[in-house]
Amino acid sequence: MKILVCISKAPDTTSKILFTDENTKFNETGVQFIVNPYDEWYALVRGLELKEQMGGTVTVIAVGGAENDPIIRKALAIGADDAIRIDAEALDAFAVAQEISNYVSDKSYDLILCGKETISYNGAQVPGLIAEFMDIAFASQAIKLEINGTIATIECDVQGGTEVLEANLPIVLSVAKGMAEQRIPNMRGIMAARTKKLEVMPGSGATNNCEVVGYSLPAAKSGCKYIDPDNAEELISLLRNEAKAI
Amino acid sequence: MSVIVFLDNKDGAFVKSSLEAVNYAANIASVKGVDCIAVSCGKLSNEVLESIGNYGASKVVSNNTENADNSQIASLVSNLVESNSASIVVFSHDFSGKAVAPRVAAKLNAAIVSGVVELPNFDGGFTVKKSVFSGKAFADYKVNSEKAVLSLLPNSLDVITTDNKAEVIADSSDLGTAKMVIKEFKKKGGEGKIDLNEAELVVSAGRGLKGPENWGMVEELASVLGAATACSRPVADIGWRPHHEHVGQTGVAISPNLYIAIGISGAIQHLAGVNRSKVIVVINKDSEAPFFKAADYGIVGDAFEVVPKLVAAAKALN
Repeated sequence: MKILVCISKAPDTTSKILFTDENTKFNETGVQFIVNPYDEWYALVRGLELKEQMGGTVTVIAVGGAENDPIIRKALAIGADDAIRIDAEALDAFAVAQEISNYVSDKSYDLILCGKETISYNGAQVPGLIAEFMDIAFASQAIKLEINGTIATIECDVQGGTEVLEANLPIVLSVAKGMAEQRIPNMRGIMAARTKKLEVMPGSGATNNCEVVGYSLPAAKSGCKYIDPDNAEELISLLRNEAKAI
Repeated sequence: MSVIVFLDNKDGAFVKSSLEAVNYAANIASVKGVDCIAVSCGKLSNEVLESIGNYGASKVVSNNTENADNSQIASLVSNLVESNSASIVVFSHDFSGKAVAPRVAAKLNAAIVSGVVELPNFDGGFTVKKSVFSGKAFADYKVNSEKAVLSLLPNSLDVITTDNKAEVIADSSDLGTAKMVIKEFKKKGGEGKIDLNEAELVVSAGRGLKGPENWGMVEELASVLGAATACSRPVADIGWRPHHEHVGQTGVAISPNLYIAIGISGAIQHLAGVNRSKVIVVINKDSEAPFFKAADYGIVGDAFEVVPKLVAAAKALN
């Protein structure tokens, strides 16, 4: 089983979201970057579990500059066998997906696992784009995955419930919570990660179709109106008559 | 030239998030002075199909293939885009939109901007605002390609309806072979439970409830208000509540009209998933809980005393 896990860096979930250069750039000052949680906790760990069950390899891939190397090493420390970084600017999801598909097109991976979205741009675009570029099956928002021979059985979140799907490998999955449990790398993994292979490949010149030209923050709340807990009932009438929410 | 919008259906009717997407697409079409054409896949009654005119589509193209997979639906949508020389395709950023929209963008070599929250701005180009950083900020995206796929964040815009009916156009084009087979659909929760992703009202609780056995009053308040139930991450992680109820940055992001948080302190990761709610109520015995800063209404008090009072008051209102 040849498994590829696509990872992306994302600001730590506790980061202050601020902008610079007249609100045209994300302010990275003091921001700690992590492996995007959906990529790490669910996609990577499920890939490792399947490898442990069935044998094979787990390769991680990221698109971007050397600033991605720490998060790639983290994925190697958790247990991936090797890594590829495509040294191209991650301009938009379209360009990232094209770079990944161009690279993997002749590598015959059985399974391509991605997180369902990054916590920074919340696009949910890269996995579906890769699937279409490669003309293979795409299971979106998957919460369970079992492999039997060349057949994948997947359970996905859909409107009002879940759907159980069957597809022949190869397949691309976007993975959501429920697929696996987070693993914390141990010291042996961290040491081993230093010597695992991280191959840097040049980009294939993919271009972007859109770009961010400005950022803004949501309007601040005007303040909290407190209700005396002894008269908690009052909340219900405020919600009905003032907020008109119920 | 037209604006094309994809419509998802369930149990013989269009889903709410799709209706919002049609309204959004119709608004773009009217700014551009073109038609809005909806496209639907699956067997639906003529009456249901026509009703999409209420939301602003002038035509609805209906292919009655049942259980089509995302590659087949993507073919249906992109063929329609090509045959109408459309340059804008709209989806809802819901489960079906997330599955189909990227495939359509890849087929059309189109820009894809997902989670948009406002109508595009066409003054001197094409920019559109979308939610980023899990609701903590917005970004304006400039579209540089000829075609664009936009997916609308559910519950972002008010829906305006008319009495217009859409012209139904049957489509029998070949959608190609499915790449996946749907084996089973499992309905979430019990009968009568409200789906969190679609809910307008949400009652949520966290560790302040002390144990799973105390959720009765949360469920009762939700049931009296007609709300869905949700929870914070720690509560889902320790197994008090199912994972699909976890709202926050790494769970479900929601934007209901009303979010009531009981015994949740309001960590930044939780706020990221709920801060697009229109009205936020926080009930917490710790007056220093950070959630109060994001709240519209707050009660500093013991949930075990406050919530039963709210249940009684809500019952009296009904």
